[in-house]
Amino acid sequence: MNAQVLADGLISGAIIALGAVGVTLTYSILRFANFAHGEFVSWGAYACVCLAGALGVWWTPGMDGIGPLSIGWNVVFAGLIAMLLTGLLAIGLDLLLFRPLRKRGAALTAVIASFGASLALRGLIEVLFSSEPRYLSQDLQLAIPLGAGIKLTPDQIALLGVTGVLLVAVQLLLTRTGIGRAMRAVGENPALARVAGIDVERVFRLTWFIGGALACACGILLGLIVQIRPAMGSELLLPLFAAAILGGIGSVPGAALGALIIGLAEAATVQWLGAEWRSAVAFLVLIGVLLLRPMGLFGRPA
Amino acid sequence: MPDLIGLLGYASGFLTLALISGVACLGLNLQWGQTGLFNVGVAAFMAIGAYTAALLTTAPTDGRLGGYGLPIVVGWLVAMLAAALASALVAVATLRLRKDYLAITSFGVAVAVLTVIRNADRFTGGSFGISFIPRPFAALADRPLAFGLTNLALVAMIVLLVYWALERLVRGPWGRVLRALREDERAAAALGKNATRYRLQAFTLGGALMGLSGALEAHLIGFIAPDNFEAVLTFQIWAMLIVGGSGNNLGALLGALVVSAIWSISGLVTGALFPPEEQARAAALRLVVIGVLLAASLVLRPRGLLGEQTRISRHLAP
Repeated sequence: MNAQVLADGLISGAIIALGAVGVTLTYSILRFANFAHGEFVSWGAYACVCLAGALGVWWTPGMDGIGPLSIGWNVVFAGLIAMLLTGLLAIGLDLLLFRPLRKRGAALTAVIASFGASLALRGLIEVLFSSEPRYLSQDLQLAIPLGAGIKLTPDQIALLGVTGVLLVAVQLLLTRTGIGRAMRAVGENPALARVAGIDVERVFRLTWFIGGALACACGILLGLIVQIRPAMGSELLLPLFAAAILGGIGSVPGAALGALIIGLAEAATVQWLGAEWRSAVAFLVLIGVLLLRPMGLFGRPA
Repeated sequence: MPDLIGLLGYASGFLTLALISGVACLGLNLQWGQTGLFNVGVAAFMAIGAYTAALLTTAPTDGRLGGYGLPIVVGWLVAMLAAALASALVAVATLRLRKDYLAITSFGVAVAVLTVIRNADRFTGGSFGISFIPRPFAALADRPLAFGLTNLALVAMIVLLVYWALERLVRGPWGRVLRALREDERAAAALGKNATRYRLQAFTLGGALMGLSGALEAHLIGFIAPDNFEAVLTFQIWAMLIVGGSGNNLGALLGALVVSAIWSISGLVTGALFPPEEQARAAALRLVVIGVLLAASLVLRPRGLLGEQTRISRHLAP
């Protein structure tokens, strides 16, 4: 067993986890599989790279990189604003597309609507930014040996830290706050939640916001280790779905664990079969879960 | 009058391709329009059909397995079988689960099938694809207009046949059960209808039509490559069905014509407006147009151009 495979799997698992949490939340609370979620990842990354460039023009101190990291403070602030903007983008898409369908009782068509929206959103990125790859940082980083044959760059270590903080924050929000309880209540039974006085539309908006913001973080962190391209989000979509279903729809720890398993499986495939087969891994995991344990690791029977 | 002949040639080529998409759209109408089953992997089932037909009917080629030189019709029939088999497997794995799981799984099939045809070079030619796929009426190939019109007539006959068969099916008892299951599964189940079996049949038959559509495309164009079967193709077929009118076979065909026309015209317009180095962006703009068209028609005109007919049976007045 090659320890570096574990480290690589942990990194891609962390990135998948951030997207998968959004998928699992919107799936359990809005009750449909959102095929546009991958585009939030891409839009988040592009928003960050544009804002970071704009910030970098007039704000040079701290540009050279924070400590050992390859990115400067401009990327950090740009990332925070981009998370806000991507959250608003998700809310906007809901207002424009999914809310009208919901009001008409055509929630079933939301899946297809999200499919159309994903195409439009991806095309729009390419129209606006062309398909030329973008980078958050052009610096080459040296990986630091951490023992046991594992090497990680400082960026990758920071990535794991940021992911951990965000995942714990979402889980605390869901389990320890009033609005988090409201979100879980709507996930359980929207009609009952409404009777209990919960503003369901507000819960929906918050769910979209959290999902969008986490997808943005996912895109930024992915952008730290690979190129930022228009298709980056749509290529991530299948692993996101597979992780959410593997973990059990609605469960944040489940989505994180599912993402970790898929990340490890992908890393192992890249190591032993070759990178070209990577995109088939999530499909195999998905089929396996659906055949063996369709409710997922932490889910309950539907 | 060379211009008129050129125009006629263009029109027959356009109609041929639009009708081929129409076959896949009829398949999707059976799955989604009649039965309410999501299939987000239409392109994958078309790819399975196209590659199966191409492998069986092409002449043997060095460096590539397959190439059996079988008759075109055999290729088409086996293509339908292969796509039907793949659809049945997907349906068996997901139909008893949540409805969206079928959408996610079929999307996964699309990703997996593309991965395989890109990388299994020895069967599929990898990203170069397969060329020299035999074309029907190849004897006419040196007279482009006659060749184009004969092929159009062939495809039109196939579309008519499929349309007629589907109309018979969906207007009969079988189709009524599908719609009953779509509207109220419990009520239909209470009448003793096995929901999973009917859905499996509808999804498999729809998949077979997608396979046929892919095989037709392979043989009428003569060349296939993985890029032809990207998610964009699935989007187009869905846009055709939603714009034309989900649940209505005539609507599916009308949608195929309308969306193909929008796609071609937008291609001509962006081709004329954008300089060559901006063509990739222009192509992306066409995706935005189709995506917005699909989403907007779901919100603004959910019935599509021709909505589903409310008549249950010709023996019953509405």
